[in-house]
Amino acid sequence: MSYQPQGQGASSARSLLGGRRPASPGKIEKATDPRRTLARLLPYLGPFKVSMGLVLVCVVLYTLLGLASPYLMGLAIDRYIATQDLSGLAPLALTMLVAYLLANLFQAAADWTMANVSQRALKQMRRELFEHLQELSLGFFDRNPAGELMSRLTNDIDAINQAVSQNVTSLFASVLSMAGILVAMFVLNLWLALAAVLVVPIMFWFTNFVARYTRKGFRRLQRELGDLTGVMEESISGQKVVMAFRRDETALERFRQCNEQVFQAGVYANSYALLLMPITNVLGNFFVIVLAGFGGWLALQGLVSVGIIATFISYGQRFINPLRQLANMYNSIQAALAGAERVFEIMDTAPEVQDAPGAVPLDPLRGDVRFERVSFAYVPGTPVIKEMSLEARAGQTVALVGPTGAGKTTIINLLTRFYEVDDGCITIDGVDIRRLKRSDLRRALGLVLQDTFLFADTVLENIRYGRLDASDEECIEAARLADADHFIRQLPQGYDTQLSERAGNLSQGQRQLLAIARAILADPGILILDEATSSVDTRTEARIQRSLLRLMAGRTSFVIAHRLSTIRDADQILVIDGGEIVEQGTHQELLDRRGFFHNLYVSQFKGQQI
Amino acid sequence: MKQRATKQRGIDHLAKLAVFVRPYWRRAVVSLILLTAIVLMDLAIPRLIQRIIDQGIIAGSQDVVIQTALWMLAISALSMIFAVGNNVFSVQVGESVARDLRDALFRKIQAFSFGDLDRQKTGQLMVRLSSDTSALQRLTQISLRIGTRAPLLMIGSLVLMVKTAPSLALMMVPLLLVTMGGVVFFTLKMEPLFRSVQQRLDRLNNVLQENIAGARLVKAFVRASHEGTRFEQANEAFTDHSVQVMRFMASMSPALTSFINIGMVVVIWAGGIRAVRGELSVGQIVAFTNYLLTTMTPLIMMTRLANVWANGIASARRVGEVLDTEPEVQDLSGVPPLPAAAHGQVVLENVTFHYNGSGNEVVLEGISLAAEPGETVAILGATGAGKSTLVNLIPRFYDVTGGRVLIDGKDVRHVQHGSLLALTGVVPQETILFSGTVRENIRYGRPDASDEEVVEAAQAAQAHDFILALPRGYDTRVEERGVNLSGGQKQRLAIARALLTRPALLILDDSTSSVDVETETRIQEALDRWGRDGGRDPSPPTTFVVAQRISTVLNADKILVLDRGRIAAQGTHQELMRSSPIYREIYDSQLGNGGQLAGVAGADPR
Repeated sequence: MSYQPQGQGASSARSLLGGRRPASPGKIEKATDPRRTLARLLPYLGPFKVSMGLVLVCVVLYTLLGLASPYLMGLAIDRYIATQDLSGLAPLALTMLVAYLLANLFQAAADWTMANVSQRALKQMRRELFEHLQELSLGFFDRNPAGELMSRLTNDIDAINQAVSQNVTSLFASVLSMAGILVAMFVLNLWLALAAVLVVPIMFWFTNFVARYTRKGFRRLQRELGDLTGVMEESISGQKVVMAFRRDETALERFRQCNEQVFQAGVYANSYALLLMPITNVLGNFFVIVLAGFGGWLALQGLVSVGIIATFISYGQRFINPLRQLANMYNSIQAALAGAERVFEIMDTAPEVQDAPGAVPLDPLRGDVRFERVSFAYVPGTPVIKEMSLEARAGQTVALVGPTGAGKTTIINLLTRFYEVDDGCITIDGVDIRRLKRSDLRRALGLVLQDTFLFADTVLENIRYGRLDASDEECIEAARLADADHFIRQLPQGYDTQLSERAGNLSQGQRQLLAIARAILADPGILILDEATSSVDTRTEARIQRSLLRLMAGRTSFVIAHRLSTIRDADQILVIDGGEIVEQGTHQELLDRRGFFHNLYVSQFKGQQI
Repeated sequence: MKQRATKQRGIDHLAKLAVFVRPYWRRAVVSLILLTAIVLMDLAIPRLIQRIIDQGIIAGSQDVVIQTALWMLAISALSMIFAVGNNVFSVQVGESVARDLRDALFRKIQAFSFGDLDRQKTGQLMVRLSSDTSALQRLTQISLRIGTRAPLLMIGSLVLMVKTAPSLALMMVPLLLVTMGGVVFFTLKMEPLFRSVQQRLDRLNNVLQENIAGARLVKAFVRASHEGTRFEQANEAFTDHSVQVMRFMASMSPALTSFINIGMVVVIWAGGIRAVRGELSVGQIVAFTNYLLTTMTPLIMMTRLANVWANGIASARRVGEVLDTEPEVQDLSGVPPLPAAAHGQVVLENVTFHYNGSGNEVVLEGISLAAEPGETVAILGATGAGKSTLVNLIPRFYDVTGGRVLIDGKDVRHVQHGSLLALTGVVPQETILFSGTVRENIRYGRPDASDEEVVEAAQAAQAHDFILALPRGYDTRVEERGVNLSGGQKQRLAIARALLTRPALLILDDSTSSVDVETETRIQEALDRWGRDGGRDPSPPTTFVVAQRISTVLNADKILVLDRGRIAAQGTHQELMRSSPIYREIYDSQLGNGGQLAGVAGADPR
């Protein structure tokens, strides 16, 4: 008597939709303010008022029709079968059939409509979230590592999806149907109804009891699993070292310990979790037995008819199942609310500072860049840039040189307005960049970063990212100017070669050539360049060098320089240390000064006296 | 047709993994016996209800009612105990299988050689160890809990239906067949639908992932609206497919329920007629409807099991692939170990190598070279020239495709691999540190080394000073992947770790790329004095250095210039300057007119 035909198959299959995180009963996170979160979720259903109304009507109808059929069955037994009167049996059976089919039809209609409503609402939510992400400052992305942010977003949205797609209507239907059954029972027979209701608190008590241990068990399992994952991840990703240093035994030993812990925690948690099913089954049976036994006794006293008993038994089964599911639904809805709360948290994160009203256009661009006593700190109190002033005249190449952590990248982050200066100002052609439209500013600047980010798309599309309306020919021309054409043509599908996510099929140097092609295509007035330090072989390096020179010609360029040739040819070298410009001048001037730069320069050649 | 073939193979994989259940077969059998008992009891209940109605209520016997009710109570109590027992056993078997699978996978991965590890990425292997094993665990557990229950219940209630009212039961046959057909239809249709949704979801997540990871680029190129369009397309596609699947599910469940309902109505109607004729009792009709429910619902549950099975089979295939991998590098049986006091002479004889035997892509060809004990051999060449591969052949991380690698005159394939590794200290190109303190990381290769030895190794690797400057010195914890250390610091720790083992052979695979030239020179000086055997044997290790910077290789005894897998030139610096144009070109590009300012900008301030 333990099977419930409706819903279960559907719910387990639906969970595949998200599929990433099994809704384990132990991971119950609660929203800190569920009411407020709910209030923010509801507007997403706003555009679907009519559909929601339809769903509501359908749910009410199929619940009521569901209640009617056991009653009709009892009626058939009492009025026709027991009295041996066949005249009305056929119409009654027909009525039953119609009631059943209508109930199923309404259920299908409700679920059918709800599928659209829930998915469209979620789509809107994802879209708003994504659009908001585009508005967020780079600081947000620096603070939240991509991997973490990503897994949080997918998990949270998935939790909402699961709850919305499977639990909202069934929760409503369950509660409605339980209420309806209670009413029907009391109307049909007071004594039998009282006996039936007795089961409810017992059921609740057991469910609660089991749920408490289950939760504890799953929390522990989650913890142990976390440990195991850590050990496995470290060991597998470091397997080459483990092997080289012959530490297999130790690694295996650590793994085994964790594995055993997971096993024990798993047995504990699952044993409790699965306890719920037999217990509720027995309670379900108990329910039937009470009804049959007590009902039988009542029938003998002439207080109830056989048909009513049959009706009650049927009601009983319909009553127990939703009760059993309530615990699960509750957990799922809690998880969804917690997920929604975090999603809203991101949506509430303040976006980048808006463009000032009456922004000035930057046209035509000359390319004079000035920093005037600029100060900046990522974390208040620990300044990274201290009252820095510099000037780059149109067309000049400025090399930024200095140890890691000196503030070179920060200078670029400020110029691009990824971060806003705390004090002082940065001007382009005499205009404070804060008075420019951010999009105009960034269009004027071309960035070639050390770590080239490529999209999982074709080579051609990756180049086109520099200027979306560029024709194929223009993209190829840019690649040619970047000296990338040659290697691209050697790829399996040339320009149509699909790049993988981490672009493992391209070398570091090749990726940088693509980035240069992108920048050539974008044709920016001011160029910002972070030279690669990574091991690129000398020939590729020479090629990159040539392409860069072509790109830099005639543009104001800021280069975080790692190569001597760049430094030597720069119009100005800024030696940066501790957030300040410690030396400034041309290559020769700085060498003559015999200061910081000279020391670095000499130390470079120390190992090379042959 | 094609799909069927892969499915078939999937089931084979599942059958192969059955060995993991074998150690627990007793518990599995017990849990199945308990399950059968539960099913029998479940089947008895409608029978007893029938008794209450017919012989109790209608016959007017209070004793029968009470007696039967008590029977029912006893049976369901017993059934609960059995069910708990079934749970305990099935959970134990399921969890044991998962544990053993993880264990087997982990040990297999440990036995992997470098070639195997190159092909199977960490992420993939982690999925094998986590999601795939848990899918198989679920499959085992659910099979033991309901797998046999559904068919047993179905058959049992079918038999009882026939016994209760044969003519009614006959009427149910077409209905049952239609329901079965429906289940098969829906199950077959479901799988591709789910797959397509999963693909759309992956796509959506990919766009999001790229957008987040490339936030800087998106902002720099002002591409938010372009990204928005990309996302919207993926979002729309996913939504459409989700709606489609959900609608499919929304029609499936009521459709199947309708079949049951039709059956119920038929029973009431046809049964009623028979009851009036006196062929059937009311109790029998009620019992029959109950049996009908127990026959049809398991069928519908099959749709649920179908998913677990499909997932389980897919996982079994993937897990099977890992378990079936034959590690490329394995000890031949009965080979002797290398003596611990090796000289460290290394000879490569006409060595050829291609990855994975993929014939057309030759990585190394015709490499011959000899390094005498204590010599330093430097290897120079463009990216992709085969430098790393060459040094990885020496400790037999990969097996040569042709030719031989000899250590002290012995082919590395004819000695115990462990003994070869014991002689070798490796600093890999990619620095990998483990969670733990700095001290533990240095000690990794020799856990029994004293603190003094650790310091000595750190000093030689020029790591001692920066370690002391760390918040807690040698006891500072290395954060995940070493994020609290700079690249150069990590490299120096890796060098110290290799030095501590006092190897006879030392392999430095581009391991000073983030260290400034001055520090690198000091490391090299220390290496020249770094004795073996805990320092008792003063002769330095035979050293292979892969390098990008020419300054790294200037003082080597031999310099090897690799070009596209072949030795382009070989000799000392002076010789190569005279004889090799490629070497001169590299030299000029770095120290001549375009020198890399490693000591200025690439250098490590910390």
